[in-house]
Amino acid sequence: MQLKQSLSSWQSMAWLIGIALSIPLAFLIFEALQGESEVFSHLWQSVLWDYTRNTLVLIAGVVTLSALIALPLGWLTAYCRFPGKRVFEWALMLPLALPAYIIAYVYTDLLDYAGPVQIWLRQQFGWQGPDDYWFIDLRTLPGAIVMIALVLYPYLYLIFKTALREQSFKLVQASQLMGMSPAQSFFKVSLPLSRGAIVAALALISMETMADFATVHYFAVSTLTTAVYDTWLGYYSLTAAAKISGIMLLFLFVALLLERMSRKTQVVHERQSGVNDTHLYDLTGYQGWLAWGFCMLILGIAFFVPVGILLNYAFHYFEQAWNAEFFTYALQSLQISLYVSVIAMFISLLVVYYQRIEPGKFTNLPGRFASTGYALPGTVLAIAVLLPLTLMDTKLNDWLDGSGFEPGLLLSGTLFAMIFAYVVRFYAIAHGAVESSFVRISPSIDMASLSLGKGRFQTLTQVHLPLLKRGLLTAGLLVFIECMKELPAALLLRPFNFETLATHVYQYVSDEQLELASISALFIVLVGLIPLYWVNRSMEQHN
Amino acid sequence: MKSAIATLLAAVTSLSAVAADEVNIYSYRQPFLIQPILDDFTKQTGIKTNVVFAKKGLIERVKREGKHGRADLVLTSNFSAMIQLEEMGLTNAIESDKIDKNIPASFRDPDGHWVALTKRVRNVYSSKDRAGKLTSLSYEELANPKYKGKICTRSGKHPYNLGLVASMIAHHGEAETKTWLQGVKANLARKPQGNDRAQVKAVKEGLCDLALGNSYYFGKMLEDNKQRAWADAVYINFPNQSDRGSHLNVSGVVMTKYSKNKENALKLIEFMTDNKAQNMYASMNMEYPVKPGVELSKLVASWGTFKEDSLPLSEISKYRPMALKLIDEVKFDL
Repeated sequence: MQLKQSLSSWQSMAWLIGIALSIPLAFLIFEALQGESEVFSHLWQSVLWDYTRNTLVLIAGVVTLSALIALPLGWLTAYCRFPGKRVFEWALMLPLALPAYIIAYVYTDLLDYAGPVQIWLRQQFGWQGPDDYWFIDLRTLPGAIVMIALVLYPYLYLIFKTALREQSFKLVQASQLMGMSPAQSFFKVSLPLSRGAIVAALALISMETMADFATVHYFAVSTLTTAVYDTWLGYYSLTAAAKISGIMLLFLFVALLLERMSRKTQVVHERQSGVNDTHLYDLTGYQGWLAWGFCMLILGIAFFVPVGILLNYAFHYFEQAWNAEFFTYALQSLQISLYVSVIAMFISLLVVYYQRIEPGKFTNLPGRFASTGYALPGTVLAIAVLLPLTLMDTKLNDWLDGSGFEPGLLLSGTLFAMIFAYVVRFYAIAHGAVESSFVRISPSIDMASLSLGKGRFQTLTQVHLPLLKRGLLTAGLLVFIECMKELPAALLLRPFNFETLATHVYQYVSDEQLELASISALFIVLVGLIPLYWVNRSMEQHN
Repeated sequence: MKSAIATLLAAVTSLSAVAADEVNIYSYRQPFLIQPILDDFTKQTGIKTNVVFAKKGLIERVKREGKHGRADLVLTSNFSAMIQLEEMGLTNAIESDKIDKNIPASFRDPDGHWVALTKRVRNVYSSKDRAGKLTSLSYEELANPKYKGKICTRSGKHPYNLGLVASMIAHHGEAETKTWLQGVKANLARKPQGNDRAQVKAVKEGLCDLALGNSYYFGKMLEDNKQRAWADAVYINFPNQSDRGSHLNVSGVVMTKYSKNKENALKLIEFMTDNKAQNMYASMNMEYPVKPGVELSKLVASWGTFKEDSLPLSEISKYRPMALKLIDEVKFDL
């Protein structure tokens, strides 16, 4: 009886979270079902197929490229020793702090026909016009794939590396003893064992890709996300925009389904004990330098070159780009990112824990519901959030009518709307990270704890939390950095006189004058580095 | 009970029922231009201004917020946005003798639901080296096969291009405009991308010979050390001088229907139509002021006078939805 009661309170909490976070989506679906939309059928007949194809190619490309970058990197830093490894281990996460549209801008500037690289080539070879030679055209679909993959691969890298670390080390050692080569061991042991984590990370990456607006818009690549924008803000048809979001949701469910199927694979509940510094392979000589070269190449392209160019802008345009407002923007960005990441960590912990203690057919549903917000592009999400919030505001105002106090837009016109939207959007990241950490804790630990007379809650706080620390921090960190970069939702939901660094920078990017906001752009990166450093340090201590 | 809750809410929220002496603005126009004007307004009147700057979605936000919304004014960068707000029933009539005196009737809504603040022209820029000055050029000619692979423009869905396409429909009808659009698309040197400045840059670099762009960009580029070389490589041409005149677009302002600070909002609109602010628009952003008699910037004046298309904006804006549809149908941006 006692047990049943405590279960049901966990249950109601999880369901409450799941429902609260999927309310915006429910409103959106309701909007999408609002009868025939003339606009939608027109789009269907003209450009929608192109948009869909572009979106699918974009996702497939980004996922593939991210895997090619991140899997080798994760494996190298988890299991090998080579020059610079200790630095690379955390440095390879750095590109996460860069918004995709910023590196898109920087590289366009660099590699454009009118950019320094091509001008130099033309001078060197005496080429006259664009017809005389071939050069990379960055503002294309493949260009967008490369840009987005460069800033999203750290997801996979981080999650894969963590998975490898937490995997049974003995298995890999055994494979070594049985005479497997490193490559064989990688493909036959490490990859299959971390399949769940890899698919989860790739699902995250594909959702992030789908939600990207600024980069594809800047590259003039039309995707479903840009179509949602055009439809809603150009055709003024929320219904048609919601219908297009529906297509995107289908993709999302496929991604989630894949993730779930991969979770069904056998899980090995064993945590690696001992120090983290054990490494299986000593890469010496040219192998070591090859590993160093590969890490350096990725880090250079994805981080040092863009940041170097930003520094260069900042140096040349210092007078125009420097203003005291940064600190305000930085503070406001930090503030909202902190709120959201703490909330996301906390509620994802509750939901995942409920899934754990009450395994059943429907236990996963709250988490799934709550994760759906992730695939919505920020604009759509902003609207989806405004729909229920303004409704509640209106009701509240009507109810208080005559009391002499009119609260106005208490929910939708304040920071609340922004925080809520961010939580809806990024819950999935936290959920994925927490879930994959939880899965590695053997259920027998729970049983032991319960049989020793600890309650569910105590088990969570005293037994699980210390074991989950790393996963939770990773979750919080990822959410934090995403919040720093989040743009479309911020643009639409900002209260008066509120700017984040991202919105400030984007104003200039869309004017093709990033130079003038280069310092703010560097600030985004810098602020993203603080939590990276902090999490890394706590992991070191943890080890 | 209710009053207790109300008191509690009032205590914990900084939103008071009676607004202070302030005015709330949603601005599609950029901070660099608007903020100085607002600061000046505050200095003169003591009225505090609060702004949300955004490039997209403000109309939708006003619509969603409904009667409890706090925006008093929306500053737009093109006429479609103003007329859209009006059609959605989200605007208030602006009644002021001062504004009526400052702004010619053709640049105000007959019922006062919007007021234009600045004019800009959709120009064609031509390469000095490869195309020369094109005094007799028309928009229609951009579809002429002789320009194959020589034209650059930003996205067809951008309000400035949509305005132009809508005006083509207003003058020539849907079918002819569609054929024209297909012709222009066939002449494009590259997929539509970048902003108006980027097109001029592309002409300088030799990617294309002609580019569509708004007038004020040209002035702003000449003032920017890095971009002067781009602007120096092109001539600015005013199309259709021998027939209907060049296509105009305007930036402007509407007062929201549920404005809580109507008086202050009106003061701000009056201020924006007056000499000081009109001068700032002209000198800081190289736009054509709407108030007659306000001096153009020297640079803008040096481009000479030109004939404006006299078709009313409210007429042109009727065709905006159709323009958008045609852009999709001919896959202009793809």
